[in-house]
Amino acid sequence: MIYSYYPGCTLKNKAADLDMYARQSAAALGFELREIEEWQCCGGVYPMAKDEIATKLSSVRNLNDAKMHGQSLVTLCSACHNVIKQVNNDMRTNEDIRTRANNYLKLDEPYNGETEVLHYLEVLRDVIGFDAVKEKVTNPLKGKKIAAYYGCLLLRPGSVLKMDDPENPSIMEDLIKAMGATPVVYPMRNECCGGYLSLEDKPAVAKRRETIVNSAKDFGCDCIITACPLCMYNLKKNESGVPVYYFTELLADALGLKAASEETA
Amino acid sequence: MDKKEEIELISGVNVLKCMRCGKCSGTCPSYDEMEYHPHQFVYMVETGNIDPLINSESLYRCLSCFACVERCPRGVEPAKVIEAVRLSAIRQKGANHLKAEQVPELIDDDVPQQLLVSAFRKYSK
Ligand code: SF4
Ligand code: SF4
Repeated sequence: MIYSYYPGCTLKNKAADLDMYARQSAAALGFELREIEEWQCCGGVYPMAKDEIATKLSSVRNLNDAKMHGQSLVTLCSACHNVIKQVNNDMRTNEDIRTRANNYLKLDEPYNGETEVLHYLEVLRDVIGFDAVKEKVTNPLKGKKIAAYYGCLLLRPGSVLKMDDPENPSIMEDLIKAMGATPVVYPMRNECCGGYLSLEDKPAVAKRRETIVNSAKDFGCDCIITACPLCMYNLKKNESGVPVYYFTELLADALGLKAASEETA
Repeated sequence: MDKKEEIELISGVNVLKCMRCGKCSGTCPSYDEMEYHPHQFVYMVETGNIDPLINSESLYRCLSCFACVERCPRGVEPAKVIEAVRLSAIRQKGANHLKAEQVPELIDDDVPQQLLVSAFRKYSK
């Protein structure tokens, strides 16, 4: 199985681990991620304005590259996933945006939202299957209590993202079970971490961080997992010292890849 | 075109659908940081009282977290109204909220690229 893969700007830099462990795990689970050539940054936040085209074009170019290869497009960062999936929905359902974007891009054939956009977690659940993941686990994370942090962008708006129930998700909890650990369900798991406000209002983000981490801690977690580099940045320096990991790191660990790569390192 | 029509055009939102239940503001993670709250944005656009919103720092407190969009029982999509008012403000010449020169003093070594990219998309044109 080969997928087109969109890493995005942060996975090439501050979140290189999120990317590296995802690729290692994919290889172990039997699927391949073909990185899109000359991909362009998604812009980090979905441009909601109906009259903006320029800010949506990079997503359309990435989507069209996957279409040209006849592949589904896999994303990993929650923000990239949100932006690309919502723009794809615009290209499929909003005639004005579709027409103006195609008029500008002048592709060999117009792009009309044909590409299927899958988050890496959806590949695990819907293509590989969590049972098959479980069978490949050689280092079960037994006894670990893991709190999945969804934040805002993975799930919302539910009518477009369609990954899971936006108010009562289970995809990461099911992955945690497949890895041999115990999921911790807590109230703040799908509330925003404060996002880009950490640039100019650090106290407000600190408040969000402590509320979220305390919620997870109160329900008994040892650690938190996320798919988003900005959630990672906003949550990891919490006062309780609860560790925050990318979900791909724990996945690679459960698949026995982390010990192996550390031995060779 | 007056301001109200401009906001409706940019956002694609029909503010008349709002029944003023306040759920959007109740669920908003930035509520405490806002002078005008999501339901007020919707109501003030409806009544054409838009200048106070354009001049308010509340524009830069919305996180685009889509909580209000998901949870509004009337499908109003308040975040899109706030986005449209913010664009109406920063699209004016020289009105960027964030300038590149300010960035070095706002960041540390751990800042992910995503943070800067997102902030520029929301704060500058
Ligand atoms: S949740 Fe929806 S209907 Fe209720 S006040 Fe907000 S915009 Fe209006
Ligand atoms: S999208 Fe903005 S206004 Fe809506 S709940 Fe989130 S922060 Fe509040």
